[in-house]
Amino acid sequence: MSDTDDPMAINVDVTCPLPRSHDAERITLAYGDGGRLSRNFVREWILSRFRNPALEALGDAAVLKSSGRLAFTTDSYTVTPLFFPGGDIGTLAVCGTVNDLAVSGARPRWLSLALIIEEGLRWETLGRVLDSIQRTANAAGVSVVTGDTKVVPRGCVDQLMMTTSGLGELFGEAPLEASRLQVGDAIIVSGPIGQHGAAILCARDELGFEPAPVSDCACLHVPLMALQQAGLQPRATRDATRGGVAAVLHEWCQANGVAIDLEDDELPASPEVRAVCELLGLDPLFLACEGTFVAAVPPALIDSVLRVLRQHHVSRAATVIGRVVASRSTPVCVRRAAGRQVPLDEPAGSPLPRIC
Amino acid sequence: MNLIDDYRNPHRLQERLEVARRLATRRWTIMDVCGGQTHSLLRYGIETALADCMNFIHGPGCPVCVTPAEVIDAAIDLSQRPKVLLTTFGDMLRVPGKTGSLMQARAAGGQIRMVYSPCDAVQLAERHPDLTVIFLAVGFETTAPATALATLQAQARDLKNFAVLAHHVRVEPAMRGVAAAPSAPLSAFLAAGHVCTVTGYESLRSLAADFRLPVVVTGFEPLDLVEGIIGCLEQLESGRAEVENRYARCVRPDGNPDALRLIDRVFAVSHLSWRGFGILPDGGFTFREEYSLFDARRRFGLAPLSTLPADRESSCTAVLMGIIRPPECPLFGVTCTPDAPQGAPMVSSEGACAAYYRYAPPGATTDV
Repeated sequence: MSDTDDPMAINVDVTCPLPRSHDAERITLAYGDGGRLSRNFVREWILSRFRNPALEALGDAAVLKSSGRLAFTTDSYTVTPLFFPGGDIGTLAVCGTVNDLAVSGARPRWLSLALIIEEGLRWETLGRVLDSIQRTANAAGVSVVTGDTKVVPRGCVDQLMMTTSGLGELFGEAPLEASRLQVGDAIIVSGPIGQHGAAILCARDELGFEPAPVSDCACLHVPLMALQQAGLQPRATRDATRGGVAAVLHEWCQANGVAIDLEDDELPASPEVRAVCELLGLDPLFLACEGTFVAAVPPALIDSVLRVLRQHHVSRAATVIGRVVASRSTPVCVRRAAGRQVPLDEPAGSPLPRIC
Repeated sequence: MNLIDDYRNPHRLQERLEVARRLATRRWTIMDVCGGQTHSLLRYGIETALADCMNFIHGPGCPVCVTPAEVIDAAIDLSQRPKVLLTTFGDMLRVPGKTGSLMQARAAGGQIRMVYSPCDAVQLAERHPDLTVIFLAVGFETTAPATALATLQAQARDLKNFAVLAHHVRVEPAMRGVAAAPSAPLSAFLAAGHVCTVTGYESLRSLAADFRLPVVVTGFEPLDLVEGIIGCLEQLESGRAEVENRYARCVRPDGNPDALRLIDRVFAVSHLSWRGFGILPDGGFTFREEYSLFDARRRFGLAPLSTLPADRESSCTAVLMGIIRPPECPLFGVTCTPDAPQGAPMVSSEGACAAYYRYAPPGATTDV
């Protein structure tokens, strides 16, 4: 931070020197206990990064003004390691909540930020994460308007957990719902699948793949709003997080009483993700994405939707992967090499690497 | 050459499937030995594509499935002891023993960690001298060399806090058991390509001769599998029963001598209990005396492997022997599902029943 940028921080060194002498590198329980240390923390670490009138008022609640209908979402974030190729827990906490709003047809506007910090976390680590949050939120045009910090004893969380809640303003007539899929609709994904799940797996277990898969962690509201502005309304959109694309498709089938056929050779996965999956016995369809959405699109709109999506960096590789078909007992099937439709099961728990 | 896409080429696959169909003049029954082959045959729709002209039986080659429940229970017991860290492969975590799975044990406070290699467990032992790090080692001749190597590493580094709860099995005795079963309608084996990468295939010649069965060493990609099937059909239709290698890009006749030497140095061949199969003569490996320090069974006073009770579940044995197909079991999909497995072939994604449940679920109306 720069003291000259922050009128409230000018006095820090004069009146409230932070008692860091015994262990200046690590956060202690005292910072979550309210009182002066907590107040200094908010000023020095939070306000210095997230500047907006609603937050700077430092009230118990942020007061906001909205022009229309709101969408509201919340998500908690825990990831090991905190930093991974393509992002960190901070970028994840912004993108994840922004994307939940965006696929619900809302323009993301405001975020809350609740930190649960393990005693002993390095200040430098926290600073890097907060910088990521600031950068990602600024780029997405969302403001962090309220928050909370708790420091818990060692072992109660793994370094750092956070929760972000998000408010967004609906940009369409009605929110997008997974209740209107129709036979013949195309299933589109906005980019290569499984990047985040594979990146985390490799980073967490130091698997040494070269090149390592990079998380797709990114905000998706810009291409989704562009579709809306072009008058191209998908029947449904969903970001393919935990459980991957397979989980989204199974949920849609169940909610809509339809089935979905995928074409194996049309599934977009990077060579890195394919290599990880082949070696560990995993399927990219089951791995999490954090910057990739699935859309169900009426046949007449397919070409226009793809054209709009491909104009945006995060969705430049958008492609059709399958079709909605009539209901049957095996909701999601993939046509694989031998030309047969083979059922794709519903994810249950996180994918585990196989023995050999 | 692309080692994935070139072996999944749909046009080439259709051509070779057609060759297989034309070769078969009667309905032969072929057993794929390895769980990975079962998985691929179903995942890529090969079994369905050939269903009109041949039968497939899925053999006992899923290492997770054939590990007795008692071994899982022993691992859970160890994980709950003080100052112990139990490590194992990812897909062992969900396999139920008689007292639950390792994942459930971890939730209940057991010290359990997934590793990718037994050598990772050795490193953990080095980093945590205050803990005894135990590796739950399962699998065929494919994983046994790595367990042997880890044991030798621990010995070389004088790590007294490393131990192995080993249940390594040998594939050939199981193939013999299947071939000898009077009610099994077997015509030929697709031998497990990865196991043969280690063991070679010279040792399979007597099996082929003794039971007059073609044995074709086969890989795991769709085209590999169809080549293996064609190899079986060519032999069957011309009345031959030989060992043939259709996975030559990986498998040499003498296998991997270095890996075999590692196994032989650390382990001795012994009778072993297989889940769903009973005690198999020479069915697995136990630690040689000079490495008994690393044998978790000895270190922690568990029952020796040779005394484990035969773990036979009648329907499962029939599935593993190829006497019935998974959907013919009365429990399949009714009380026995991947979420609540009642027997060995349903417990791992590579078990025959679990593979059927996934790719050809009960009541399916697609063309599977």
